[in-house]
Amino acid sequence: MSKFLKMLAASTVVVIVAGPALAGPLGLGRAATLDEVSAWDIDIRPDGQGLPEGEGSVLVGEEIFAEKCAICHGDFAEGVDRWPVLAGGQGTLRDARPVKTIGSYWPYLSTVWDYVHRAMPFGEAQSLEPDETYAIVAYLMYSNDLVDEDFVLSKANFAEQHLPNEENFFLDDRGAEGGELETFRSGDVCMENCKSDVEITARAAIIDVTPEDAEARKARETQQEGKAESQEPDTGAGVPASDSASDSGTASEPEAQDEAALDPELLKAGKKVFRKCKACHQVGEGAKTRTGPVLNGVIGRHMAAEAGFKYSKTLTGMGDEGMVWDEANLAEFLKKPRAFVNKTKMSFAGLKKDEDIAAVTEYLRSFAH
Amino acid sequence: MTSELTGKVPSRRAFLKGAVAAGGALAGAGAAQASGDKLITEVQPWMSELGDGVDAAPYGSPSQFEANVKRRTVEWLTADPISSINFTPLHELDGILTPNGLCFERHHGGAAQIDPADHRVMINGLVDQPLVFTMADLMRFPRENQIFFLECAANSGMEWRGSQLNGCQFTHGMIHNVMYTGVKLKHLLDEAGVKPSGQWLLAEGADAAGMTRSIPMEKAMDDCLVAWKMNGEALRPEQGYPVRLVVPGWEGNMWIKWLRRLEVGDQPWHQREETSKYTDLLENGQARRFTWEMDAKSVITNPSPQAPITHSKGPTVLTGVAWSGRGTIPQVDVTTDGGINWHKARISGPSLDKAMHRFYFEFDWDGKPLLLQSRAHDSTGYVQPTKDALRKFRGVNSIYHNNGIQTWAVNSQGEAENVEIS
Repeated sequence: MSKFLKMLAASTVVVIVAGPALAGPLGLGRAATLDEVSAWDIDIRPDGQGLPEGEGSVLVGEEIFAEKCAICHGDFAEGVDRWPVLAGGQGTLRDARPVKTIGSYWPYLSTVWDYVHRAMPFGEAQSLEPDETYAIVAYLMYSNDLVDEDFVLSKANFAEQHLPNEENFFLDDRGAEGGELETFRSGDVCMENCKSDVEITARAAIIDVTPEDAEARKARETQQEGKAESQEPDTGAGVPASDSASDSGTASEPEAQDEAALDPELLKAGKKVFRKCKACHQVGEGAKTRTGPVLNGVIGRHMAAEAGFKYSKTLTGMGDEGMVWDEANLAEFLKKPRAFVNKTKMSFAGLKKDEDIAAVTEYLRSFAH
Repeated sequence: MTSELTGKVPSRRAFLKGAVAAGGALAGAGAAQASGDKLITEVQPWMSELGDGVDAAPYGSPSQFEANVKRRTVEWLTADPISSINFTPLHELDGILTPNGLCFERHHGGAAQIDPADHRVMINGLVDQPLVFTMADLMRFPRENQIFFLECAANSGMEWRGSQLNGCQFTHGMIHNVMYTGVKLKHLLDEAGVKPSGQWLLAEGADAAGMTRSIPMEKAMDDCLVAWKMNGEALRPEQGYPVRLVVPGWEGNMWIKWLRRLEVGDQPWHQREETSKYTDLLENGQARRFTWEMDAKSVITNPSPQAPITHSKGPTVLTGVAWSGRGTIPQVDVTTDGGINWHKARISGPSLDKAMHRFYFEFDWDGKPLLLQSRAHDSTGYVQPTKDALRKFRGVNSIYHNNGIQTWAVNSQGEAENVEIS
């Protein structure tokens, strides 16, 4: 026992005795209830410990996957853009470019179940029911040619399922005899005349993938501008020159008399609601089209107008017909995306609350360009 | 520890001679210009006009002239910016502590924003009494203050196949080193009473990735902390506010941020981040698992591609950082000729277990191209290997735990490039 604890024990016996009657030495915290533990203890082990009752088939899984997962992982779990490839790759682990998927690399099926249930869909974690999770996992097994299309995964048959690469993992052996630690601790370190000549064998400049160069140049330019500004008289205490300059610039222009001025409270709420969207969509300065189209200026523009995004045929058709996003049709779309745009690529169930739709619309309106 | 500038190192005399020569040149140039430096001969605005009042920035920020000192990402590395990574600007820092706002970020489901009043930490599983703690409860435990480095296992992971990224921020910036304040994890576990069969601990985060890792009980009971402060102030949201796990010397992914649950079990859970990720695929197609310790490593931060030598030949300061997940760094060697001759660098600042060390090597640059490398020795006798020596064990597809020696080629203009050498 540390001195601190001894001192505490000696001087505050009354407090400790008066605390909750727990096993620990300080009596801090409180007992967790069974419901609390079961709400949070959602992890699954390879032996199946932690799995809830339930089952799901490949066919049901295929539907759920198409709806909730395919936007990033592709209809056949082949991965879109740089999102993870979940299927295929078997026999590639010794290749120059291994493809590490559930079928080719992951050792345990329990990991798939646990992860899908805990962290997927990206941006809507912990929204899948156990049966949906069983079904998605069953579909992923099917995508990896591990089961037939009539397969049904359940708690009962889970422990019988094994992934092909399970045996190819072994415990860290850096410390083994003749291993890395022994080799690199040999103590034979050369300090002088260690080699006769040296040649450069690889150069980063040839590959040229460093994002720094352009940015650093820009930063240096900004820094120089900053220097120039700092030598001009400051217009107000505490306000950096650059800020005060832009403030006065705004003030000198006539105030925009916009009857649809933004409601700051709604805007704030909308920014929160947008968290549901930002797994796929970007908005604001520097926003780009990623998994979903960039949303700057979306209200008032033609549907399917973002050139860098491959929209569903339906939405492209609606845009071609001249349909323009306004607050009314956007609200309808956000309420039930698939009802408004048949086969939309947006794998999002929809915003249930009207106030959330109003808020996120306000938020999008704030990025007019 | 100090090392003298003797022997093969450009000698103290040469160093001083260089300094005198440079000083003389400067004085001469000054005399030739009658008007002198305007920054000296003319009154500058900041000496005449008043500066900001005391409360201009209630929470202070760096100088506007330090705008270039920031974390940077490499967009093409990940599918989106939420499950992504950015990098600590090591080349802009000195000493051993990383400022909180510059500590690299790695999230798997974005940085959760959690009101500490709404945060709970649960201990369950093979314990005598499952418990729930509030943040206020945690702060009633005895506290510890300790400095540790946190390195992502994937740091330098883009360099396995050869030199790729030009800058130590990108090659080595998935690391930070801060002082943590928190409670020993052991105290929390003792409070719940770990059953004898409880040999493993699952730590879980409250973020949208529900990040989880299995940790052996021996480590959990040894030196792990549950921390809520970094460098004296609350953890930053992106570092796990309000509370995170500290797993000294072990790969950063295990340092669960937004820590919400600790489950005791009798075997590991084999979660996503310890099976499909953070396992090291070797050339034979087999993969190492549970490669927790970070091997000894070092990098020269200045000069480096983002921080070229901006002066002409003469006295030059080379500096860098070194660390080991297995102990301290008693020695760092530096070469300027690509490893033909090595010199012991000077370590300045505290030498703490599983913490970053700062080294310097002052030399008289002759203005000719340099091939710079640093080589760390740790307190277990491990010497940082060359990239090729490491590849003999790992191949090029293991992604994680690349601690090979880094080379910067400096040209006669002082510009540095990431290269590999024979």
